[in-house]
Amino acid sequence: MTKLDNLLIAKKKFKSRLIVGTGKYKNMSECAKAVKLSGAEIVTVAVRRVNITDKKKPLLMDYIDPKKITYLPNTAGCFTSEEALRTLRLAREIGGWKLVKLEVLGDKKTLFPDMLETLKSTEVLSKEGFKVMVYCNDDPLFAKRLENVGACAIMPLAAPIGSGLGIQNKTNIKIIRSQTNLPLIIDAGLGQASDATVAMELGCDGVLVNTAIAKAKDPLKMAIAMKHAVLSGRQSYLSGRIAKSIYGSASSPIKGKI
Amino acid sequence: MKKVNKIKIRLNGKYIRIQEKITLFNLIKILKLPIKKVAIELNQKIVNKKSLVKIKIKKNDKIEIVHFIGGG
Repeated sequence: MTKLDNLLIAKKKFKSRLIVGTGKYKNMSECAKAVKLSGAEIVTVAVRRVNITDKKKPLLMDYIDPKKITYLPNTAGCFTSEEALRTLRLAREIGGWKLVKLEVLGDKKTLFPDMLETLKSTEVLSKEGFKVMVYCNDDPLFAKRLENVGACAIMPLAAPIGSGLGIQNKTNIKIIRSQTNLPLIIDAGLGQASDATVAMELGCDGVLVNTAIAKAKDPLKMAIAMKHAVLSGRQSYLSGRIAKSIYGSASSPIKGKI
Repeated sequence: MKKVNKIKIRLNGKYIRIQEKITLFNLIKILKLPIKKVAIELNQKIVNKKSLVKIKIKKNDKIEIVHFIGGG
């Protein structure tokens, strides 16, 4: 029996280290099933206008119970600090959410974050009492600055959002890992289960996956795969890998060989 | 019968006409929206849900009603 290995974010414990996004699914039912199969306890959600004309449209809260699964309001699609702050303040008003994910984008094509706006927003939100998990570039200096202004989790991208490229700069992720004790969660750009394992093996505390599950040919199977990939990567990281060598080292003893 | 006066407001980006002197709370009820699952902004200021009953909607008010949807 291994001792409990919880993910701790803003003093809250989570058993699962996989956070999943709830966008891009075929329908709400598929999304809810994928969340369940992934074992995730945190899901990201977006804040949008209520459809006044079609009120029969299903509500996310009817499919994923916010009492059982932690909703992480996200500022996806915001390109300025003002927009992001407005979105999260509204999210808080919906139901008292203080744990939020900040994402301020800077470029429509790459969806790279605007780090100046992100830094500014992190500081304001932290002062307002929000617990801010921050989507950022894989830039150790900015990651440090985010920490200094009160971020509660650092969420560097693996690659552009929705790109499925996997971790592009392992070195930077390792550097960020070595300099912070905050939860480090890879956000964006993962494409398959092994990408999540790699992230965990680098020492990340968790991963956030949306497109890789939602847009897989079989999202439910991928949800299961991601769950195991994260567990696998975490165990692999904790177990301490062997040193690399350019030479071979036989697995069977020489002694007693006929 | 007394004639009902209507005022023009902007709700979620669309101009609509509603009965004058109703409160934000009335509007949410008319729209049959689950109050616990939405947040309301009046002229770019977030409205505390407890004060919805006290706020009367005025001509040209800009109201935004948002909720959570699936997102990354």
